[in-house]
Amino acid sequence: MIHQCVGLVTCQAADVSFNLTGLWNSFGQLTIDGLAWGAIYALVAVGYTLVFGVLRLINFAHSEIFMFGMFGSYFCLQYILGFAPDGNAYNVGIGPTVGYLAVAMVFGMLVSGVAAVGVEAVAYRPLHKRNARPLTFLITAIGMSFVLQEFVHFVLPALLPDYGGPNAQQPIVLVQPKIQFTVFGADVTNVTIATVIAALALAAITDAVINRTKLGRGIRAVAQDPASATLMGVSRELVIMSTFAIGGVLAGAAALLYILKVPQGIIYSGGFLLGIKAFSAAVLGGIGNLRGALLGGLLLGIMENYGQAVFGTQWRDVVAFVLLVLVLLFRPTGILGESLGRARV
Amino acid sequence: MNRLLAPGDVLRERWSGLGRGQKWIVGAIGFAVLALLPLYTPAILDTPGISFGGTMAQFAMVAIIAIGLNVVVGQAGLLDLGYVGFYAVGAYTVALLTSPDSPWNQMGPNGFLHEGWAWLACVPLAMAITAMAGLILGIPTLRLRGDYLAIVTLGFGEIIRLLADNLSDVTNGPRGLNRVAYPRLGQDAALPDGVFSSGNSAGKANYGTWWFWLGLALMVAILLLVGNLERSRVGRAWVAIREDEDAAEVMGVNTFRFKLWAFVIGAAIGGLSGALYAGQVQYVGPSTFNIINSMLFLCAVVLGGQGNKLGVVFGAFVIVYLPNRLLGVHLFGINLGDLKYLFFGLALVALMIFRPQGLFPVRQQLLAYSAAARRLLRRAVS
Repeated sequence: MIHQCVGLVTCQAADVSFNLTGLWNSFGQLTIDGLAWGAIYALVAVGYTLVFGVLRLINFAHSEIFMFGMFGSYFCLQYILGFAPDGNAYNVGIGPTVGYLAVAMVFGMLVSGVAAVGVEAVAYRPLHKRNARPLTFLITAIGMSFVLQEFVHFVLPALLPDYGGPNAQQPIVLVQPKIQFTVFGADVTNVTIATVIAALALAAITDAVINRTKLGRGIRAVAQDPASATLMGVSRELVIMSTFAIGGVLAGAAALLYILKVPQGIIYSGGFLLGIKAFSAAVLGGIGNLRGALLGGLLLGIMENYGQAVFGTQWRDVVAFVLLVLVLLFRPTGILGESLGRARV
Repeated sequence: MNRLLAPGDVLRERWSGLGRGQKWIVGAIGFAVLALLPLYTPAILDTPGISFGGTMAQFAMVAIIAIGLNVVVGQAGLLDLGYVGFYAVGAYTVALLTSPDSPWNQMGPNGFLHEGWAWLACVPLAMAITAMAGLILGIPTLRLRGDYLAIVTLGFGEIIRLLADNLSDVTNGPRGLNRVAYPRLGQDAALPDGVFSSGNSAGKANYGTWWFWLGLALMVAILLLVGNLERSRVGRAWVAIREDEDAAEVMGVNTFRFKLWAFVIGAAIGGLSGALYAGQVQYVGPSTFNIINSMLFLCAVVLGGQGNKLGVVFGAFVIVYLPNRLLGVHLFGINLGDLKYLFFGLALVALMIFRPQGLFPVRQQLLAYSAAARRLLRRAVS
């Protein structure tokens, strides 16, 4: 230690900054960046919220579904589309880039969706068939989370050399972040635009599916009252399966947006923290509530960025967790209220 | 599969059939055998890759944690996913007070702690501070129920770890605190720092074994304490809350108060284990306290059977011993010790599907006057 510590206050003053001017000066930039992060959180949060609405289950394995999406997209980019992971940016023009990314995204969505449905079929179905206690579900989810992580950590490298394993994958950079335009003093990069547009489009589609289609009506019905829904001819099994599928597909999409933003983040344990934060986002907006999850995701992303500006970068995660704890203490049902069923029918 | 896991039931049945005195005798013999294991290690039990005494010391620590977590999860039915936070608070209390890397170091010429008994003095302090942490976390959060409580405690565990990581002027950040105090006992020419120092690494009775013995003694003490609590009014209130919180409240149980008690007692036991850890490893760093470990502790409790304090000790043994046993074993070029989380994950999923109550499930019985009731019944039958 270089400087002598006199007391608690001075010690903390060195570790914690309180910098409101920083927040004020780059308010626009922080909001825009936070929005892009929030869009990713929101997409992952939808998976948590839908499953919770239907099964009353905190699907801990959802962060691993997201991680599978990252590896799926990466697999598609490297093995199917043939990009080499050398860290250099590819310049293939706007049209082809969007096309390649769309293919990778669809592939990632497929992988995540299949993984989510698979986890449901293997681990959760035997439990909800006999109406197990919530704790049983939670422990199963934790177990599945371990299994999926370790699959990528140890089994995948044995099946496919140079793939998976304890180290992060070499980044494939398809899009170099480039400033497109400036609004309110904030630089908006192409990555931000792509993330926000893709996330908004997917969110709108999901919202339409849940609120306007027959499947969505089934999901809402099961969330509200499983027994009556079954009596009315809704297949509970089918609804649960499609809920997991929707959540998984959105997590896969979020995964591609994430690796666009953080190309070096593809690692077996990379989903964990993001998963917890996405869950926080779902709780923040009111768990079980689709629009709440979207709102909560955006809010969490933005607030986290503000907090990071005020207290310092290393406090980013602390801000997110403290926010979660505070919201739960003062409004346990979240901002928009709890139930999927009770949300506008 | 059900049949396969049934031996637990047979053992449980036998144990319940024993009288109080017989239980004491069997328990004493069992723990004596356990204590002698590091000295006379059977070849099949030995851990080739790593010191067996060290493994057993780790087991004693995790067993104490599991007993503490069992009070919270198994007895009172409060799902705590951030239990590792209390473990961290206990370990950091000892480390901050006795490590030369810490600005609050009290050991040495300027402090009030003497090297000889610094660790011993810090243990009750660590327990008290951890209990305070439990109180501070519990008062606002215990009004939440079930899953929400799980998430808030998860957040708490992460916050503690991030604080340890970020407040680097106090905790030395990711580099951690070194040279933590430990008990000085049995110092002689060969071992100038005593039998608990890491210098004592040769032979069967190495420092790991000594720490195991210390941990085992503390474990027995905690088991007796928790067993008495279980049979008291407090324990019955916990069971009532676990089974149906609303009904318990209606019957006049002050649920909030008893939940808080469970939380505080569980936290203090976690703090004790943290203090043991800090002393044994003589190093405390933030990466030890990540959420994965919290999940592993929960695994021990669920595996052994929530609510059964001897069952969770067995669960702790499994989660510590198996990875260490498999450490040197290779299969298809993969080190099996690395796969511990894969095995635990599979085991948890299988267990929840086929036997959600754990290997040694707790048997619901007439808690209050069970012995008296059984005697009455027996007399009526004969």
